[in-house]
Amino acid sequence: MTQPSSAPLSAPWASRAGERRFWLAGALGALVLAAGLAAAHYMEVHGHAVTGMSNRIVWGVPHVFAIFMIVAASGVLNVASVGSVFGQPVYKARARLSGLLAVALLAGGLTVLMLDLGRPERIVVAATHYNLRSIFAWNVLLYSGLFAIVALYLWTLMERRLNAYSKYAGLAALVWRIVLTTGTGLIFGFLVARQAYQSAVLAPMFIAMSLAWGMAIFLIAQAALFAWQGRALDPAIRRRMARLLGVFVAAVLYFVLVYHLTNLYFARQVEFTRFILASGGAYPLLFWLGYVFVGSLVPLLLLFHPRSDDDRTVIVASTLVIVGAFAQLYVFIIGGQAFPLELFPGYAASSTFFDGAIAAYRPSLAEILLGFGGLALALVAAVVGVRVLPFMPEDDRRVVAAGSGAGE
Amino acid sequence: MSEREPVERDQAPSPSRRGFLAAVAAAAAGVMIAPGIRLIELAAARPAGEPASGAVRWGLLIDTTRCARGCEDCVAACARENALERRGETSVAETQRPQWIRKIELKELATGRELSLPMMCQHCARPPCVDVCPTGASFKRADGIVLVDQHRCIGCRYCMMACPYQARSFVHEPLARQNPAVPRGKGCVEGCTLCVHRVDRGLAPACVAACAEAGHGAMLFGDLNDPASAISRRLREVASVEVRADLRLGTGVRYQGI
Repeated sequence: MTQPSSAPLSAPWASRAGERRFWLAGALGALVLAAGLAAAHYMEVHGHAVTGMSNRIVWGVPHVFAIFMIVAASGVLNVASVGSVFGQPVYKARARLSGLLAVALLAGGLTVLMLDLGRPERIVVAATHYNLRSIFAWNVLLYSGLFAIVALYLWTLMERRLNAYSKYAGLAALVWRIVLTTGTGLIFGFLVARQAYQSAVLAPMFIAMSLAWGMAIFLIAQAALFAWQGRALDPAIRRRMARLLGVFVAAVLYFVLVYHLTNLYFARQVEFTRFILASGGAYPLLFWLGYVFVGSLVPLLLLFHPRSDDDRTVIVASTLVIVGAFAQLYVFIIGGQAFPLELFPGYAASSTFFDGAIAAYRPSLAEILLGFGGLALALVAAVVGVRVLPFMPEDDRRVVAAGSGAGE
Repeated sequence: MSEREPVERDQAPSPSRRGFLAAVAAAAAGVMIAPGIRLIELAAARPAGEPASGAVRWGLLIDTTRCARGCEDCVAACARENALERRGETSVAETQRPQWIRKIELKELATGRELSLPMMCQHCARPPCVDVCPTGASFKRADGIVLVDQHRCIGCRYCMMACPYQARSFVHEPLARQNPAVPRGKGCVEGCTLCVHRVDRGLAPACVAACAEAGHGAMLFGDLNDPASAISRRLREVASVEVRADLRLGTGVRYQGI
């Protein structure tokens, strides 16, 4: 362990200001969470009629939030993997925080997913009836399993007598989350009839997305917690982690490029790709401006620019990556459904059920509140966790100095 | 049309003498080969408590050349039979209103040829909705009818994402009136049941009955596994296709004249 023996168990808040910020974050989170739960109750009583979702856009903004959190949960755990499995001391010191954030995000994402069900009270049915041909059912098992594995992993990290086993628990978590994010990508990859999905590349693309989004969240959480405690983060550590985020952002761009290039090459996919990338109104705008420019190119510039190396730059870059992630998921999930199913190639179709037409979608306030409620749940869980248990990274200066020159 | 007419008479007004003899021969063969099956073929009504038979595969043949543009008799009959809300009968957005069957108007881009046809659950032999359903609420009966168990559906809508035909609807609002034979509920996914409650009583689906009653005769219902059924005989005679045959789902609904 890199944790010095003199380090306090539960990280104290160095100043009154830090203490205030902790309570403020907790209170704000609780408030948004309450609003989210109220929105879910409203949707439950009135049905999905009070959302912008329809028989064409069956998954709306709640799914954008839920999938963001579930994918990011897997990715944020990568920090722990780099430490425990690949033996990087700087990352190992962050393994606990990484595990806590993973559990918090997963809880937030699953809560949104569950509360957006038509019959959330039947969740027990989902827990007791499994159709093993369904990737959704597999994911129910994978998500529950991740909670258990991360809990076990955190135990081996916190209990000194079990420290020796943390490497194995970390390896199990690494394998599990790769399978899990593959499963999340394949929720879409297995949809044979939809032009936007039905592609095996979605599985590795989701893994790259998880690494980028998880790292961005970790960097923001780390910077905030260090600031609240009045501690300074070693610039060498920050630089290493920021560059790694840059590599992940570039990897996502690569997969997105391959995905769209493949679609452009197939004549039957050209019309859909044109819709998403050029003619589809809000979707191309969100894609190019939101995802490509704001969410990828600007962060890459910030992260790799030799002179922009401070806390604020890393926080801004990470925030932009998250903004880009939401833009990307919105285009992927909602834009993918907005484009009509092609039942009769070579024919123009019309019907009372909007065949052949681009589906309109405007998210309602309830949906948006539910989504933010999930994020707030993750925030509250993380803030409380850090407060009551020793999750904060404690860097050993000698290790940092020795490893500062090494890349990832 | 009388509600009590057996299935085969619904759309086969005057079976030829030749057809009749073939049916008798097939039935006689059935007696010798598998006595249990014969009863189902002759009298489609299924006694309560007896499971659906895998020897039967219910299917539809739609003759698009007889399906008139703008005619919505089948759609109206479906709504009546299953107590679905029609346009203007509900306050939800039109995109949120369940539609188990809809008329699609088509125009071939290369030639300008126009046609009209009803689209509903295609009752696939290998249904994607059944594959993806996490709880097994989406299921296929032994006789090929694809249904949603309204007591097991959690409303995740994954089946709606998976269906290539946009054949399923989500109930977006609390429901007031229902047909006791057709359970529905807020927050569940639903779709064409092929009027399973009528089929089990030996009747044709409501859309087929309405189409025949109005004299269009554009829909033919019957047992695809029975070589002597009117639908099997017609399918042998005319060219018909599955919609999105490239997906190899083995639809129970086929179209003629596309």
